[in-house]
Amino acid sequence: MSDITNHLRMDKFPHIWCPGCGNGIILRSVLTAIDKLGLDPNNVAVVSGIGCSSRSAGYVDFNTVHTTHGRAITFATGIKMAKPEKTVIVLTGDGDCSAIGGNHLIHAARRNIDLTVVVFNNSIYGMTGGQFSPTTPQNDIAATSPYGNLDNSFDLCELTRAAGASYVARSTTFHATQTPLLIQKGIENKGFSFIEVVTACPVYYGRLNKTPDAVDMLKLQRDNARNIKQWNMMTDEEKQGKFVIGELYNKPAPEYTEKYTQLIEREKSK
Amino acid sequence: MSKFLQGNEACVEGALAVGCRFFAGYPITPSTEIAEGMAKKLPRLGGRFIQMEDEIASMGAVIGASLCGTKALTATSGPGFSLKQEHIGYAVIAEIPCVIVNVMRGGPSTGLPTSPAQSDVMQARWGTHGDHPAIVLTPSTVQEYFELTVKAFNLSEKLRTSVILAPDEVIAHMRERVEIPDQVNIINRKLPSNSVDKSTYKPYKVEKDDEVPVIPNFFDGFRFNVTGLYHDETGFPTASPSIVEKCIKRLHNKVGSAYEEIKGIEIDLPKDCDVAVLSYGSTFRSARQAARELNAGHVKLTTLFPFPEKEIRELASKIKTIIVAEMNLGQIRLEVERAVAGKASVVGVNIANGLLISPDPIKEKIKECRI
Repeated sequence: MSDITNHLRMDKFPHIWCPGCGNGIILRSVLTAIDKLGLDPNNVAVVSGIGCSSRSAGYVDFNTVHTTHGRAITFATGIKMAKPEKTVIVLTGDGDCSAIGGNHLIHAARRNIDLTVVVFNNSIYGMTGGQFSPTTPQNDIAATSPYGNLDNSFDLCELTRAAGASYVARSTTFHATQTPLLIQKGIENKGFSFIEVVTACPVYYGRLNKTPDAVDMLKLQRDNARNIKQWNMMTDEEKQGKFVIGELYNKPAPEYTEKYTQLIEREKSK
Repeated sequence: MSKFLQGNEACVEGALAVGCRFFAGYPITPSTEIAEGMAKKLPRLGGRFIQMEDEIASMGAVIGASLCGTKALTATSGPGFSLKQEHIGYAVIAEIPCVIVNVMRGGPSTGLPTSPAQSDVMQARWGTHGDHPAIVLTPSTVQEYFELTVKAFNLSEKLRTSVILAPDEVIAHMRERVEIPDQVNIINRKLPSNSVDKSTYKPYKVEKDDEVPVIPNFFDGFRFNVTGLYHDETGFPTASPSIVEKCIKRLHNKVGSAYEEIKGIEIDLPKDCDVAVLSYGSTFRSARQAARELNAGHVKLTTLFPFPEKEIRELASKIKTIIVAEMNLGQIRLEVERAVAGKASVVGVNIANGLLISPDPIKEKIKECRI
């Protein structure tokens, strides 16, 4: 594993995350990817929203913005428009990016603007005390679904792919070696990249749903995740209760700020 | 150069002249001509326009672009202005310069989308949550719309805060001759010098309690943190009561200290007059005419906030009555009453039905006050 401490603001530790939380594994994956790509930290912006995962921005040594709830992608869009040549990474949570920020997620994907969005999906609102989110599975217990969640849950990868993202991948915190590679490819993709990383919140989600042990939650990720190659050979019956991980979509397409740069070149000469 | 322009077109000209190179917006009547003008003109100047998915997103993108040092504008109206409020406060606490145009139409809710109103005055002052300062400018001619757009950007850059420009629908859509100077006065945000140690630089550090911090632009090698949480001089979150108190007071003080530069008030008081009419925006012409015909005084505001308390208090000691004419049910009147503190009587001419205020009801009110 690469040394990621160069990219951490070590004086900001200890972090705020609970024991057993998987957010640190995802943050390491992001930093490993950036390190592998050898990006100059001065040319990287990390934008986050509000929630447990969004505290990440404060811990990493880049140009960092901790924005408002759900709106990280909008700030990131402004940054990318102003400085198209820079790398802009959004770190967000499932509630942040798919409930309050759902509209921004689909429209940034539609534009295929060159942002890399990494969603820490713990299937719950952790910071506010364990309310259900758009990715909480149906019938699961949360602080605001004490009798079982009635809502259907979102498949964020299918959502962003349908909306126009040119790169879509999913991993888990158990698959700690695969995640950095997927994020790395997402950053390399010149367009909208979406990487969902399934993570564990033992303190709220686990405790309310009979898996209060962090290691058990990691084992569940291991047992239920199926690589895309395997997934494609599985029957619908076999897919029940399982989910697909890996590179789910990768089709380069014209990128928004590049198209705008071309427009500027065209119009400036007039 | 003299041009015949619509108000919203004059705003576009002013923004471009002062160096605005980014616009993010969402279509809404009666502000849309600003977005249309920016969409057409920005790319030709190397700037960028983006139509976002809603007003919240537009305001977020504006702050994002400004973080990189690009002067950024958004424009909206009534309902869209409500949606922008959270991010207007973000720009205040994180000290990110930006300008928001809110073309005032009739509300609440969808209200009267194509009619003028001056009913967002208090939303402009208090719309975002928290105990924040606000700078709110309002033009009463198309020429002023151009000039105040320039002023709004200059104040936002100098003070590193969001500035709201609030014309009413009539000023936004009216066409008048505008004198556009070859060059406008341009103030750019202060940036740290190249000789500072970037690794130890504290972006929010100030020496005095009314100072504007010298915050670098993103990607200039400082790698600092920006947050909407209360933060210390390094830009990282804190809940320390003493730091929080210092921070919120300084945000107010920096605006207060620049009052003379921000203020916009013209007082025309004929000899021996007992009554003065105060107005702003498109109400100004009717108010001035009524005042002139009846030898009353006239006060025009082009800066609504910070409210000119001192000037209004002085005025109150010279006359008996101040009549506040506005297209709402009395929003600035309350500010005038507060400033006057009983020294003169304050009455309103208030029409909030989508129609302009003509000179007649103002003249009637002047006569009434003299009985």
